[in-house]
Amino acid sequence: MTAGTGEIKTKELTISMGPQHPATHGVLRVVLDLDGETVVKCTPYVGYLHRGTEKLAENRTYLSALPLMDRLDYISSMSNDIGYCVAVERLFGIEPPERAKYIRTIMGEMTRISSHIIGVATHALDIGAMTLFLYSFRDREWLLDLFEMTCGARLTVSYPRIGGVRNDVSQKFLDSLYKFTEEFPKKIEDEYETLIDQNRIWLQRTKGIGVISAEDAINWGLTGPTLRGSGVPYDVRKYAPYDAYDKVEFDVPIGKNGDVYDRYKCRMEELKQSNRIIKQCIEKMPTGPVMAPDAPKFTLPPKDKVLTDMESLIHQFVLITKGPMNAPEGEIYAATEVPKGELGFYIISDGTGKPYRLRLRAPSFVHVSVLPVLCKGGLVSDVIANIGTIDIVLGECDR
Amino acid sequence: MEPKEIAELIKERFVSEVLDIKDFCDQVSVIVKKDRIKEIMKYLHSTPELYFDLLTDLCGVDYLGKKEPRFEVVYHLYSIKHRHMIRIKAEVADDECSIDSVVDIWAGADWHERECFDLYGIAFNGHPDLRRILMPEDWEGHPLRKDYPLKSDLGDMEWKGVKEVIEIAEKNKGYEVR
Amino acid sequence: MDSLETLIPAGILNIVIILAKIAVVVAVTMLHVAYATYFERKAIGHMQIRLGPMRVGFHGILQPIADSVKLFFKEDIIPAQADKPVFKISPLIPVFATLSSVAVIPFFEGFVIANINIGLLYIIAMSSLGAYGIVMAGWAANSKYSFLGGLRSSAQVISYEIAMGMSLVGVMIMAGSLNLNDIVKSQQEYWYGMYLIPQFIAYFVFMVAAFAETNRTPFDLPEAESELVAGYFVEYSGMRFALYYAAEYIGMIVMASMAVICFWGGWTIPPVLATAIPALEAVPGIVWFLMKVYFHIFLFYWIRATLPRYRYDYLMGLGWKVLIPLALANIVITSIVKFYS
Repeated sequence: MTAGTGEIKTKELTISMGPQHPATHGVLRVVLDLDGETVVKCTPYVGYLHRGTEKLAENRTYLSALPLMDRLDYISSMSNDIGYCVAVERLFGIEPPERAKYIRTIMGEMTRISSHIIGVATHALDIGAMTLFLYSFRDREWLLDLFEMTCGARLTVSYPRIGGVRNDVSQKFLDSLYKFTEEFPKKIEDEYETLIDQNRIWLQRTKGIGVISAEDAINWGLTGPTLRGSGVPYDVRKYAPYDAYDKVEFDVPIGKNGDVYDRYKCRMEELKQSNRIIKQCIEKMPTGPVMAPDAPKFTLPPKDKVLTDMESLIHQFVLITKGPMNAPEGEIYAATEVPKGELGFYIISDGTGKPYRLRLRAPSFVHVSVLPVLCKGGLVSDVIANIGTIDIVLGECDR
Repeated sequence: MEPKEIAELIKERFVSEVLDIKDFCDQVSVIVKKDRIKEIMKYLHSTPELYFDLLTDLCGVDYLGKKEPRFEVVYHLYSIKHRHMIRIKAEVADDECSIDSVVDIWAGADWHERECFDLYGIAFNGHPDLRRILMPEDWEGHPLRKDYPLKSDLGDMEWKGVKEVIEIAEKNKGYEVR
Repeated sequence: MDSLETLIPAGILNIVIILAKIAVVVAVTMLHVAYATYFERKAIGHMQIRLGPMRVGFHGILQPIADSVKLFFKEDIIPAQADKPVFKISPLIPVFATLSSVAVIPFFEGFVIANINIGLLYIIAMSSLGAYGIVMAGWAANSKYSFLGGLRSSAQVISYEIAMGMSLVGVMIMAGSLNLNDIVKSQQEYWYGMYLIPQFIAYFVFMVAAFAETNRTPFDLPEAESELVAGYFVEYSGMRFALYYAAEYIGMIVMASMAVICFWGGWTIPPVLATAIPALEAVPGIVWFLMKVYFHIFLFYWIRATLPRYRYDYLMGLGWKVLIPLALANIVITSIVKFYS
């Protein structure tokens, strides 16, 4: 070929992935600048699901802000509720009874299992392994049925309350859950890991992709399995235990290389650990009340009491109209380990029945911000793998 | 290290900067002036015995009518190595609504600062890409400010964007579907 | 027949017979396509602990008919900025290319529409023609996603075509013919009645390349659902969309038939079996042929339910660095063995 006078002009191809895209887990939009198939620049755009949860919560009483938390990470609504309740309890200085703590721990770990299997399965679905997705839905169904058995809702549960949980769990629930914990580890090994872990294509697609070092991961503020994949054993359940986590034994699995595979492996190990925690909780479950004795000052009294007891009626009336009366003035930051990472609630109270400021530290929000780092220099297919591996839920990210 | 000791350390080092130290529920907040915030943060991040490597959270608070200066930028810092936590609050006035960015200390501050800018209108000097993040790019006002109305004050009037939408629709009529 | 021949000249009778054959083959193929989709949904459904279509008819048996009726009556949307003539033509190309390759496939002894001497080459040529439809669709829709899908597809088809063609060279050498009828018959010389055993490397290469040629998982990159939404046909709707699907399934049937003809002995059964159980001889050849084809189609589904998708660079690496050298080695070994025996 003879050289022409003009140079060939090349331009990067810009494609907008999302907000309507099957692999963006909701309404994430990622603008990719591509050189061939290589990603030169990746810019995530969020906010399509912004509902102003923080603003709404500032105008509601502590109790009626609880259902808003269900809608954050709608795959693990129970964990969000628990996180919120833990924060408000610390602010008010309430200690929930032992049994409530154990129930909450069980619920939190059930949510972790259902969230992680959905996370891993959708991740696999994005990479093209469809079958695992449906296997995971079978197991998740069991857990959702158990949620329904306890609180009547499958997804937006609103089950924990400030000072305990709404109602006690039944023996049938515990029996069914125990059966689940007996069967689940076998399912992980026989089905999940056989389908994915021994698959060369899966290993090729995940190993060495989206690498982030431990220092960078901390610097970017990552938490949860996304951070632990890089080898940092930071887990709020161990570092600042809440509920009954200091009374059960479990390990915090960590990765080594900080790539997609390690993060996936961490999630798989956590499934087994969660299973272990649930089993211990059922075995150690104490008897007793599920609501703190001074909880009526903060949480609605039971309906039959309201209809027969004057005191309860007054409590109910005040709580509905004004919110908890004796909220202290002060501020608190309380973090819990939800399936996605560290969910923090920063509540500023001015002594009224409504939070003056309620700030949500959403792990998904932080995790999306690291996407450009993970994706840079990879291929389009790696972007999909990376979106899957940070395990985001846009409801929580956009709040 | 105990949070109180950390607060004392900061006070020792930056005498003129620390305005107040508050303790509630074993959580210590150090209220500082905003001018040397970056220096303070760098100190907290790089001093070996403190080593706050994780910026857990960064957010704004609006104290309209409660306190002067009006805004506060709140930093929650955590050290994974030493397992301690501290809360730093920097006061930002309404008329000079900006503070130095800490993105070059903690990369994770990037989106938190953008969010704070979006929802409170606090500008971060030195931020590499200060755009709105949760609200649409052409949004007016900063929703989390206390004087921002919770409901629309238009009453029954139609949304002012409606005219614009109709205009665009009219313009696009020229394009055929087929 | 005497009276018929006196009434109609022989040439015209021939044409009528061929037309009738074409009609039968096209009808049967299209019906197979419709029920291949049903079979796929059912097979994968049961592999994934769900039921698949259940509503239309007994166990959803009428689902493909309902689907095709729906697709026929759907609005055909053409994007405003599309290159309209190209956009309209391109879905037809793969369908025509794949359907016309059915013409040379011998379904059973003596039944083939066109018994040409270069049947094998013809099928390879036709399958690469189909790629034009994909590239043109990717270009014509004026959408970046379909453009990327079209580019991926053209690169993929071109690289895997080489591997596929080379894998079949071994078969050509052994059979000494490119006529598909002859290839089937020459396999009867062995007691096991198929080239699968001496040509197992070629069979492996051919099957992998066939998956890539038909854009099936794990090589469904051009239409990678989670990356490029639907790839090259993302802008198509209604019947044109269905045509791409039809082409994919006809392509699968053609590739399965090719595998059966070249490696599994076509409509014949191994002589050793036929002598052991003489009753098997009575079974018509088409039954054996279809059973083998169905097995291969099932293989396509089985793999789809099991494997994730390859990444683009690995795919090209596999094609150029593994399959082509393997196919070449196979040619060399086959030639040497053939030369000395």
